[in-house]
Order: sequence, then C-alpha cells, then structure tokens
Amino acid sequence: MIRPIIKIISVTIFILSCCSLLFASDPLANNAGLIAANSRAIDLVWMLLAAFLVFLMQAGFAMVETGFTRAKNAVNIMMKNLMDFSIGTLGYFAIGFALMFGADKLGLFGFSDFFLRAVDPNTVDGSWQLGFLLFQTVFAATAATIVSGAMAERTQFKSYLFYSIFITALIYPIVGHWIWGGGWLSKIGMIDFAGSTVVHSVGGWAALVGASLLGARIGKYDKRGASKPIPGHNIPLASLGVFILWFGWFGFNAGSTTAGTSLSIAAIAVTTNLAAAAGALVSMFVVWKQFGKPDVSMALNGALAGLVAITAGCANVSPLSAIIIGGIAGIFVVFSIEFIDKILKIDDPVGAISVHGVCGAFGTLAVGVFAEAKYGGVDGLLSGGGLSLLKTQFIGVFSVLLWVVATSFIVFFLANKFIGLRVSREEELRGLDIGEHGMESYSGFQIFSNH
Amino acid sequence: MKLVIAMIQPDKLPDVKAELFKSEIHKMTVTNAIGCGQQMGYTEVYRGVQEEVNLIKKVRIEIAVTEPYLEKTIDAIIKGAKTGNIGDGKIFVLELSDCIRIRTGEKGRDAIG
Repeated sequence: MIRPIIKIISVTIFILSCCSLLFASDPLANNAGLIAANSRAIDLVWMLLAAFLVFLMQAGFAMVETGFTRAKNAVNIMMKNLMDFSIGTLGYFAIGFALMFGADKLGLFGFSDFFLRAVDPNTVDGSWQLGFLLFQTVFAATAATIVSGAMAERTQFKSYLFYSIFITALIYPIVGHWIWGGGWLSKIGMIDFAGSTVVHSVGGWAALVGASLLGARIGKYDKRGASKPIPGHNIPLASLGVFILWFGWFGFNAGSTTAGTSLSIAAIAVTTNLAAAAGALVSMFVVWKQFGKPDVSMALNGALAGLVAITAGCANVSPLSAIIIGGIAGIFVVFSIEFIDKILKIDDPVGAISVHGVCGAFGTLAVGVFAEAKYGGVDGLLSGGGLSLLKTQFIGVFSVLLWVVATSFIVFFLANKFIGLRVSREEELRGLDIGEHGMESYSGFQIFSNH
Repeated sequence: MKLVIAMIQPDKLPDVKAELFKSEIHKMTVTNAIGCGQQMGYTEVYRGVQEEVNLIKKVRIEIAVTEPYLEKTIDAIIKGAKTGNIGDGKIFVLELSDCIRIRTGEKGRDAIG
C-alpha cells in the first residue's frame, strides 16, 4: 500500500520540477545577470586590493632608500617619497591618465577625458573606471619614486618636485599609452604585462639621466677617481623596504590582470615569487664568490632585480622560466652596479639604475625568449615562436629608452637652469635634512659620518 | 712627550689622515664631538617653532708624540684641515707626563713608538 503512494509522490515531484525548469526562464536570465554583476564586482575588488598593495610599495621604496643612505638625509628621502606620490596622484589624475588611456591619436598618445570628467560614478562602468584610475595611479607613482633613490643626498628638493610633475603627467603616460593604452607598441604585439619597461625602465633611465647630470656625492670618488663606499645608515630599514616591496609586487603583477576572476592570478603570483627568490639567492652567491662574504645589500638588490625582471613576462612564462629569469637578473644586477659605479663613475646610492633600468630591459627582452603560449598565448624563441617576439621586445625597449632619456634630459636640464639641480657643498656636508627642511630625522641622537 | 689634540671639520678627516700618514704618523685616536668657536650656527624649525643650533659637529684627533715628531704632526694636521674659512678648527698641545704600553709594560719614549 505504502510503496505505490511513495512512487506516485516522487513522480509528481519529479514532473513538477521539470515543469518549473521549463517555465522558469526569468530566474535563469536573472541568474546570468547576477553572475555577470558578481564577476565584475570580484574583478573590481581584486583590482582595488592590488592597487592598495602597490600603494604600500611607496613605503617600501622610502625604507630602502633611507636605509641605503646616510642619516643626515633621511628627512629629505621621506619628503621626496611622500611628495612624488602626492604630486603623481594629482598630475596623473589631471593629465596623465588621459594621455595614457584616452582616445588614441596616431598611436602615440591618448587625448580625452582629462580630470576624468566623463566618468559617471553611479554606473558599473564608471565605478570600474575610477578603480582603474587608482590602480594606474599607483603604477605611475612607482615609476616616479624610483628616481629619488639614484638622486639621493644631493638634489635640491624644489628640482625634485619639478621633475616629479613631468614624469607622472607626461613622460610615463606616453610610454604607458604606447604599450598599454592601445598605442603603436601594443599594436605590433609588444608584451609587458605588468610594466618592466612601462614602469621600471622608465624610472631607471630617468634615474640614469638624473644621476649623471647631478654628479657624484662629495667623497664618493677620491682624487684618482677610485670609488669609495658610503655605507647606508640602516640596513634593517632597507631590508624592511625590500620585504614590503616584495609583498606589494604580488599586487603589482597579479593585479595587472585587473580581473579577480582570471585564472592566471595564481600562476602570476607564483612566477613573481620564484623570480624574487632566485634573484636574491643568485645575487648573494655572486657577491659571496666575488668579494668573500654574502652581502645583504646586494642580496636585497638581487631580490628586487628578480622582481623587476619577471614583471614583463609574469603572465607568459612557466614557473621554471621565472626562476631562470630571476636568477639571470640576480647576476646582471651585481655586475651592472659595479659597472655603473666603477667604470661609468655614476653615483647611484641605491642601485636604482641597475635594478630598474637594466633589469627592466632584460626582463622585457626575456619575454621574447621564454614566453610560452600555454601561459600567455604567445610563443617566444625557446618555444618555437622564432625571433619575431624578441625583435618586437627589442624595438619596445629601445624606443622607450630613447624617449625617456631625451625627455628626462630636457626636464633636468630645465630644472638645473631655472632652479638648480644640486645643493651647495656646505649643505651637502651638513645634510639635506638641515639645509632643505630645517630639521633632523634623529633628533637627540648624535649622527656622525666620518666618510 | 706631548699630547696633540686637534678639533677639525668632520669632512676634513680623510685629508688629515692622509697627511699624517705621509709624515709617517700612524697612531691616533679619533672621536666625534660637537662644539663651537667663531662659526655661526644654523636655524632649525620644528612644527612651526624655531631653534638656533650652535653646537656644530666636529672631529677630535688625539696623538701622543715625542719632541722630534711634534712639528711634523702639527704641520700635517694644518695641511690637511686648512680651508681658509672660519671653522677650520684648533690644535692644542699638552704636556704628557707619561705613556705606558699595556701589552708590554714599556714606558716613556719607547711606548709612544
């Protein structure tokens, strides 16, 4: 008696469910809309989270720079880092973003939506645009702050402010437009996923020009031209800075998908981490072999070199390739720092030119060698793609180098002419903290430098 | 035996050391000091409040010498430290009643070396 009743009830339920599936077309359509909206929200949240991580890299740069320079200039370093971000935020909001992502003109620059006038914050699209603005702002500010390290301890603060306006409002956005904003380099297929060239090389080459025009710090080179060490005053702070940068780089690279729903964010985070570790280890071994002891400052630079190098190809290469790229960057950075210091005799207190310029260029070229279609859709030299990607990367690296060197030379030249680039000898010896800012960073401590 | 105490500008220390080494004087004690003479100080401003700072960073070098070396030492220090500007520093010469080497117990002229 009971069994047939149960059978009837279950069949009825089954038929009713089928009917509801047949007639419930509206809920299904709503589901699709809801899923799309949630995807968009996940993407936006991820992109913003990444932007916040990259913002923290400003603190990382500040700590690295002050750790590697002398205590008497610490206030100046803090001010330069605070201000290049503040100026960068405003300059990029007003002009830079429009030049970088505005409507394309001749493949060379964008030119629309200055001050983001056209953005409606009440729409999904408008909200995403604002998030994207913040994300791009922190990248622009990263390029600007790279230069403050190479020009540390002898630059007039006013000149530095002057330069900061131009790099975030003009020099960087043009490069960004070429590679990310739909400009000519993106059209020929150049790959720079998170900005080895767009951000790091731009900062690195500008640093090269700035440091060369400034000249070396007093006491850096003796009368015969031999290099003398000017040790940093706080290695723990410098190390903290590198850890913060490494942490922020997860946002820098993995966040560049601008999509939390993208499957590749984990792979990118992994390649990023592997390259950093490889860079740190290899640099350590190179200096250990060369100079007899594992030098922490070079190992720190090595970690950064690995990070900069993988930034271009983090979404295009295998984890094993990431280790190789990071390791090679670790070798390059050590020899580049020595070359620039001892042969070119350009005084770069933190190694910014080598870490960001040289390794940024290397990392971009490395994509042409190590890219695999399995990861990013394009094959490089070692995966059977031939030389075409590598050639494109070369074109990109060198055109950016020429643009940045030319424009930053003009900016620094003008700064020197109208403001004065370098501080006076007395001020440099007493310390920029007193001369530029009228205060000490370590009041109550007696800071002496006997170099 | 004399004790030579020199107060010099900190950035002149490498030059003074080089001159002393040239005159075959290698033994010295160096300390950091703050002080003032005729040099004017500078002004600091902290959160809107001004302060005059007139104790300026100096380096103090102490060298124990025997009579023959006194002239050479003073000349070397002056050669290394002089810039012609106010703030070059001062040299004091004190009478040194005794000098003992801890390791060997030697006294007097042998201990100065």
